[in-house]
Amino acid sequence: MAEWVEACAVEDVDEEDVIRFDHGGRTFAIYRSPEDAFFATDGFCTHEKAHLADGLVMDDIIECPKHNGRFNYKTGQAKGAPVCVNLKTYPVKVEAGKVMIDIG
Amino acid sequence: MAMAGSTKRDYSLVGESTRLAIETGLASAEWYHTDVPRKTMKELMQRSDGPAIRDTIIWIVAILGSAAGIVWFWGSWWIVPFLFVYGVLYGSSSDSRWHECGHGTAFRTRWMNNVVYHIASFMLMRNPVQWRWSHARHHTDTIIVGRDAEIAVMRPPDLVKAALAFTGILDFRYSLPILVRQAFGTLSDDEKSYIPEMEQHKAVTAARWHMVVYAATIAVAIALGSWIPLVLIGLPRLYGTWHMVLTGLLQHIGLADNVTDHRLNTRTVYMNPVSRFIYWNMNYHVEHHMFPMVPYHALPKLHELIKHDLPVANPSMWHAYREVWPVLLRQLKYEDYYLKRELPPTAKPYRGEFHDLDITAAAAE
Repeated sequence: MAEWVEACAVEDVDEEDVIRFDHGGRTFAIYRSPEDAFFATDGFCTHEKAHLADGLVMDDIIECPKHNGRFNYKTGQAKGAPVCVNLKTYPVKVEAGKVMIDIG
Repeated sequence: MAMAGSTKRDYSLVGESTRLAIETGLASAEWYHTDVPRKTMKELMQRSDGPAIRDTIIWIVAILGSAAGIVWFWGSWWIVPFLFVYGVLYGSSSDSRWHECGHGTAFRTRWMNNVVYHIASFMLMRNPVQWRWSHARHHTDTIIVGRDAEIAVMRPPDLVKAALAFTGILDFRYSLPILVRQAFGTLSDDEKSYIPEMEQHKAVTAARWHMVVYAATIAVAIALGSWIPLVLIGLPRLYGTWHMVLTGLLQHIGLADNVTDHRLNTRTVYMNPVSRFIYWNMNYHVEHHMFPMVPYHALPKLHELIKHDLPVANPSMWHAYREVWPVLLRQLKYEDYYLKRELPPTAKPYRGEFHDLDITAAAAE
C-alpha cells in the first residue's frame, strides 16, 4: 500500500547530487539526476553500512563513499564488486516544489 | 611512544583476535573523518580521465621503451639501467595502478579502470578478485588485528622478513604458490572469510588465467632458448619490487593498531616527484584512507585542506624510517609498543566523546 511522505524541497538537492532523508527510523537517499529528475533508494550501501548520501553521483551512478561500490540509483542495480546486492528503490513524485517518496 | 594493554596478537582472520574485534565493536566500526563541507568534497571527488590517461601513456611508453632496451642490450652491462627502470615500473608502480584502479577512482571511465586493474594485478601476481575483496576489508578494518587482511608488518615485527621484502623473494615465494593453489580451485579459510561465496569461483578463474600466461611465457622462453621472456614477464616481481616496499611499508608500520582513527594508524609522508609518480600520490595515505573516493591527483589538495586536523606529515621517507626504526626494535621485546601520532592543537581529539566527558560531575553523582 502506498505511503507517500515529503522528503525534501526540490531546491534542497543539487543537480547530479544526493541527500540523506531519515523517516520513521529508516534512512533513504534522494537523488537529482543530470536530467533534473528525482529518484530515491535505501540510504545505506548493501555491502556495508555506509551512507550513500556521502557518496558521489555520476550520471545515473551512485558510488558508495566507503569502498567505491557502485549502483544505478534509477534501477538499484549493483554494478559489480564490492557490491553484489541490488539497492531497493522507491517511487518518487514532485508536487508543488516538494519531493515525495512512496515508502509503503 | 606508547604502550597498549598487553595482548598476544592473532593475525588469522578467523581466530581469537577476530572474535574479540567483532565483540568489542572494532570490526566494521564508525571511523573518524575530518569535517569537509559537502560542496568541497564533491569537487574533490570529481572524476576525470585526463590525468590518468596522461600518466598511463607515460607509464606504458616507459615500460615498452625500457623493455626494448633490455632486449637490445641483452648480454651487455648497458642492460642494467633498463632493467632498473623496467623492474620498478613493472614490479612497483603496478601496485599503485592496481590500487587506484581497484578503487575505481583513477579514471572516470569504468572500463579503463578495469583494464589497468587487471594488467597491474597480473604484474603483481595478485589475484584480481581476491585482492579487490581483501582491500575492501583493509578499508573497513584498517589495522584491526584479526580483521585486516593486508597488515604488512605484524607484531612482534619480523625484521629479516621485512628486509627480504625489498628483494621481492618472499613475496614471489608467497604470491606464486597462492595463485597455483587458487588455480587448482582451493581458497583458504582466510580468503573465504572476506570473498563472498558468489564471487569465489571468479577468483579461481582469474588465477587460472594468470597461470595460462605464465605457462605461455615459459613455453616461449624454452622455444627461444632465452631468458628474455621471463625477465620481462614474472621475474620483475623479484628485481623491481623494492620501490613498492620502500613506500608501501611506511603506510602503517609501527603505528597504533585496533584504533578507529586513520590519523593514528596511518602515515602521510612527503616524497619526491618521481616516487610520487610511481606511487600515484599514495604518500598522502591518511587522506586516502579517510576519503577513499578522492582520486590520486586530488590528494595534495585534500591534504592542504585537512592537514590542520592531522598529525604533522613526515618530511621524507628517510625521516619516517628513522622515526620508526627504534619503535620496531622495541616491539621485538614489547609487541604492544607503538609510535603514538601526536595530533596538532588544531585537531579534534581521538574519540572526542571521551574527552567531552565531565568526569568531576560523573564522580559526584
